[in-house]
Amino acid sequence: MTKLTDMTLAEAVDGLARKDFSAVELTEDYIKAMEASRPLNIYVTETPEKARDMAKASDARIAAGTVGPMEGVPLGIKDLYCSEGVRTQAGSHILDGFVPPYESTVTANLWKAGAVHLGKVNMDEFAMGSSTTTTVWGATINPWKRRADDKTDLVAGGSSGGSSAVVAAHAALAATGTDTGGSIRQPASYTGIVGIKPTYGRCSRWGIVAFASSLDQAGPMTRTVEDAAIMLGAMAGHDPKDSTSVNVAVPDFRAAVERGVKGLKVGIPKEYRVDGMSADAERLWQQGIEWLKAEGAEIVDISLPHTKYALPAYYIIANAEASANLARYDGVRFGLRVEGDSLDEMYENTRGAGFGAEVKRRILTGTYVLSAGYYDAYYRKAQKVRARIAEDFERVYETVDVILTPATPTPAFPVGQDADDPVAMYLNDVFTVTVNLAGLPGISVPAGLTAEGLPMGLQLIGKAFDEETVFAAGRVLERGADFTAKPSFLADAGI
Amino acid sequence: MTNEIPPYRITGETGEWELVIGLEVHAQVISDSKLFSGASARFGADPNAQVAFLDAGMPGMLPVVNEVCVDQAIRTGLGLHARVNHKSVFSRKNYFYADLPLGYQISQYDEPIIGEGEIDIDLPGGVTKTVGIERLHLEMDAGKSLHDQHPSKSYIDLNRAGVALMEIVSKPDMRSPDEAAAYLTKLRSILRYLGTCDGNMEEGSMRCDANVSVRKPGDPLGTRCEIKNVNSIRFVKQAIEYEARRQVALIEEGGTVQQETRLFDARKGETRSMRSKEHAHDYRYFPEPDLLPLILEDTRVEKIKQSMPELPDDKKKRFVAEYGITPYDASVLVAEKEDAAFYEGVAKQGDPKLGANWTITELFGALNAAGKPITESPVSAENLGKLTLLIKDGTISGRIAKDVFAEMFETGKAPDAIVEEKGLKQVSDSGAIEALVDEVLTANPDKVEQFRGGKEKLLGFFVGQVMKKSQGKANPGMVNEVLKSKLSA
Repeated sequence: MTKLTDMTLAEAVDGLARKDFSAVELTEDYIKAMEASRPLNIYVTETPEKARDMAKASDARIAAGTVGPMEGVPLGIKDLYCSEGVRTQAGSHILDGFVPPYESTVTANLWKAGAVHLGKVNMDEFAMGSSTTTTVWGATINPWKRRADDKTDLVAGGSSGGSSAVVAAHAALAATGTDTGGSIRQPASYTGIVGIKPTYGRCSRWGIVAFASSLDQAGPMTRTVEDAAIMLGAMAGHDPKDSTSVNVAVPDFRAAVERGVKGLKVGIPKEYRVDGMSADAERLWQQGIEWLKAEGAEIVDISLPHTKYALPAYYIIANAEASANLARYDGVRFGLRVEGDSLDEMYENTRGAGFGAEVKRRILTGTYVLSAGYYDAYYRKAQKVRARIAEDFERVYETVDVILTPATPTPAFPVGQDADDPVAMYLNDVFTVTVNLAGLPGISVPAGLTAEGLPMGLQLIGKAFDEETVFAAGRVLERGADFTAKPSFLADAGI
Repeated sequence: MTNEIPPYRITGETGEWELVIGLEVHAQVISDSKLFSGASARFGADPNAQVAFLDAGMPGMLPVVNEVCVDQAIRTGLGLHARVNHKSVFSRKNYFYADLPLGYQISQYDEPIIGEGEIDIDLPGGVTKTVGIERLHLEMDAGKSLHDQHPSKSYIDLNRAGVALMEIVSKPDMRSPDEAAAYLTKLRSILRYLGTCDGNMEEGSMRCDANVSVRKPGDPLGTRCEIKNVNSIRFVKQAIEYEARRQVALIEEGGTVQQETRLFDARKGETRSMRSKEHAHDYRYFPEPDLLPLILEDTRVEKIKQSMPELPDDKKKRFVAEYGITPYDASVLVAEKEDAAFYEGVAKQGDPKLGANWTITELFGALNAAGKPITESPVSAENLGKLTLLIKDGTISGRIAKDVFAEMFETGKAPDAIVEEKGLKQVSDSGAIEALVDEVLTANPDKVEQFRGGKEKLLGFFVGQVMKKSQGKANPGMVNEVLKSKLSA
């Protein structure tokens, strides 16, 4: 029998239902893997006892025949999701010791579907970053190395780098991520896993620490497209507690996975051929086109003319919203407080000590772009750009069904690279931010290895609330790529 | 002849000055729960007993608009004859304070729920004036900071944090402290009629900021100062008058008024600078991304329109037409809806004209003296109505009626019962009155002589004597007539 931790989510759920093994056995193996993964600094809060209790309850449900779609599946939870009774810090010093008295809607949905909580995983502070290095817990290390003899530690992407690493390292069967500008898709690409950011409004944001409210969206990070479809089905749904969550039925995503792409029109946007894109990205993109063609899709060249304005617009809007969303971390009610002689001094001391450099940079720029005299030049203009970008997509979706692009311009980079060059770091998001600005679903699927032996993903962008087509096309890429490579860490750590 | 009252002016060294006043009123919406959370919005609970996770600014918490508060804002907008905006947008107003847990107030900025409207204010002499409403928007209240509980720390009570407020902004249409007071009185009255705000300024459920500037009549607008958070109508008048005089004196001394925010010190009766324009907050308003634009369907507005109560102005018109009372009496009676309802009871079950007099003069006077609200009046509307009928049909005289009323106020008894019990029925029997008159005339032959000799003033004396003998019960009209005929015989 294969190792339990090598199974996909779909295989594990089926195996549990057949009682080939128990949820407790599966969870115990993952707790061992969690411990073995410690050198990668993935888990920031391990909850093995909670996991065991939940697995036992899962076994009881299996015995009773009341099985949920995520029954017995051990998950890593991004530290951005509030977990009732479990320390939640969003990777920040300012939330020191914060234990939420409530559970986020999305994780509550997952537990209701039978999933098991292994622990909280690392992330960039307040989801601001592309490397999972801007965190109070220290950087998460990508389980992948360039070559067996290259010891350089690489980033796992970000901000959901703990989530990507935990899935790639088989230290959880799947993980929750969040994506504001690419924070699910970029780390998925860097670690050879699948990650989907669903349509804005598909998943509730209630109980997820906010970064940029109009862009944030929860999504699953898994080993296969089918796994992502199963997990998104359990996470999604209308939530009256989130006014931006959309009241539409959640389709049977899993059923859409094997639909194929015959007759689908796939758009290839010329603006995504950017400077600085690696030859690997170029090659994998071309391969993706071939795989889709081979299964009957029609390839259409398209133009999304406002793409080049997306990155600056994104950093204006996201940071503006963040500057307000993070105002509540003031030392008054929870988390860190550094005393001062006056209220203002206490604010300054607390926020000065509690926030890391990247978060401060974004609060400052976000505050600036909303200030009197600058609002029109920055924030208002960025909103106009956002509207143009959404229109770009609406126009091309009159002729195509889905869009194929690289997920990232390059593969994972060494920890510490570009740490002093935020703009270079922001370029990691160049293929992903447009999707958030337009509120569309986007998936990253592993496409292959670079010449150096690192995974890279391809991105599929769908119409709003058409994740089904995204999954179907993603499955075709997955089949074409036949991506079976595993990071060397698995063998090294004995996972 | 015209009712016009002379315009209010401040006389300075250089001549007359005109005031220009605009008011911003924060009215707490009557609703069970807060504007964006499910926590109770009721007043008077223990500190921090009514705080939802959102109200405390906990991570990941999201606002959801309380539709009841939206309906209340629509209702108020309709009551102010204002435009209800089909689309409005919530915005974040950013500032740091310890009693503002989110670090921003969710408010409405460039797209409020209610646009332009108007209020007719009642001025002395039955004059009315229309004051324009600029806008009304919904926003959440902040919590309360208590700075006097500890030598170095402040205590925070978040019960009020998130409670719904309507900010109602007038146009700069008022020209005197009295007009400002009349505006507030009328606005408060309308809100209470609508049931959208209890108008209680002492508990802070209605708060007022006044924008004041001065100019020579006919000149363009002067620079204004904003006086913050004045908590009674009397103080608003005081604060405006003080501020206007300060500005006049300043300008006449060669200074210029700086746009600034000022605080009113009720104890000293003066305003003082709080922060200047240079130090004004930059609130960095931007659309609240946690909430979608508020879209109001016509049917919703229409439904509220159908359920609107009769408002004071309409009621006043109706009272004048239906009950034949003076516009002045009508405006006094409709100011509070409870008063109006009471009066209608009196008018329906008694004589409307007498009822207006008795309600305003006797009942309001007695309630005032006793410190009781009309809802706790010992005299019911029905009984006051009956009293007016007893006066009207001559059963008792107006003088006796005052005694009866005092007894009614004391005991809550019905007037006919009191009249019966105490034998206060007016004597209108001519035989009985003639007998009394004869007694008095017989007892005062000298005065009768004097009267007949031309000292006609003595009639009053005789009337007084007869009334005294009848213990006030004799019908005064008949007494007069009988006396006159007997004395001239």
